[in-house]
Amino acid sequence: MKIRQKRLMFIVAGVLGVGVAAWLVLNALKKNVSLYFTPTQVMNKEAPQGRSFRIGGLVEAGSLQREKDGLSVKFIITDTVKSMPVIYKGILPDLFKEGKGVVAQGKMEADGVMHADEVLAKHDENYMPPEAKDALQRAQVAMSGVAAASAITVVK
Amino acid sequence: MAINWFKYSAPSTFYGLAGRLVPWFAVPAAVLFVIGLYIGFFVAPKDAVQGEAYRIIFIHVPASILSMFLYLVMAGYAALGLIFNTRLSSMMATALAPTGALFAFISLWTGALWGKPMWGAWWVWDARLTSELILLFLYFGFIALHASIDDPRRADRAAALLAIVGSVNVPIIYFSVKWWNTLHQGSTIKFSGTSMHVAMQQSMFTLLLACWLYAVAVTLVRVRSIILERERNTLWVSELKEVGL
Amino acid sequence: MSIAEFFKMGGYAFYVWGAYGVTLLAFIVEILLVSHKRKTTLQQVRLMLEARGEV
Repeated sequence: MKIRQKRLMFIVAGVLGVGVAAWLVLNALKKNVSLYFTPTQVMNKEAPQGRSFRIGGLVEAGSLQREKDGLSVKFIITDTVKSMPVIYKGILPDLFKEGKGVVAQGKMEADGVMHADEVLAKHDENYMPPEAKDALQRAQVAMSGVAAASAITVVK
Repeated sequence: MAINWFKYSAPSTFYGLAGRLVPWFAVPAAVLFVIGLYIGFFVAPKDAVQGEAYRIIFIHVPASILSMFLYLVMAGYAALGLIFNTRLSSMMATALAPTGALFAFISLWTGALWGKPMWGAWWVWDARLTSELILLFLYFGFIALHASIDDPRRADRAAALLAIVGSVNVPIIYFSVKWWNTLHQGSTIKFSGTSMHVAMQQSMFTLLLACWLYAVAVTLVRVRSIILERERNTLWVSELKEVGL
Repeated sequence: MSIAEFFKMGGYAFYVWGAYGVTLLAFIVEILLVSHKRKTTLQQVRLMLEARGEV
């Protein structure tokens, strides 16, 4: 075997080896690498007990309540399966909205409510002008209307 | 007629070729930067969710892509230098590193300035942001390791190993948003297409091309200096007209 | 859109212009560094050859 073929083999083997090692390590650390826990994971007691952690999901529609002091808010984080109440006092990011993504950091108190000291908004990777978004929403409403209508025909 | 590519793997030939190529990359880069920014700021509409702040994406995504792409090119050149013992490949790897590091920095900087108003934080230790930061440190490590070894051929080999091993990080950056929970949103450009309005896409891809052309131009100028430095004892360097008095 | 509105960027001026401004600055600095390096390298090679009396 030529020396350069040997070198190439060493490099390929080395990269594969390091790749597999990295994959194994990252897989073992999966929970630590992930930024937040979902409400389902928290319910299953996978989140750390008695210390601060992050919880992520969607702000449940209609769950946002502002307290009288004007700074504190209460809302529910949901992953559409399980949900979790959160209390937070502070300034909310511009993108914080009902039905949108959110990540809150804080401690779970005995009352089963997360007392957050940081709330971050998570947005998606879709970018479009407001008119396009309106059109999309109208189309979705129309589609759900069609779905409802066809469901009724099926029932008949 | 077949072109003899190996002819250009000789530093003496490549030096002249690189010099002739620079304007062919630099001028289109400047033109495309202007066009891309014009589309980005005057043609592309504001985003439905993020308003005007999303316009940072037009430079953030190209810089991030370039930081990963240049790393792979650098590691590729370094590997070629290691396998075939070609001096020019190693010089190209050395010339690419600072520009790659610059794009990694721009990616992190623009990302922080985008994250603060939208997410509510300059920085979070999520998998995407952390692995991009590691990429910047890999560039620094490559540059520092190369600079710390006096014998250039030994420096090439040591730095090449670091570059090759570090290339494992690039797919981790790309897939981090899929494999783990991150605050960072998913990729805008996927293998299946993009999730963007047309004018926004045009601006982003124009600036991506501009950044690539810019990176090539700067790298070619830099590699010419590296060639001169490392070949200074050869006859062809002493015969160059820009060296003559 | 008026010029003032354009520069205000819907209230995100600091972030948007901060991102583009620093990017532009970074490019300019890199271009200056690279051309400076070319000048000094040529000068060094010239000096070395002079010292050897080859030019």
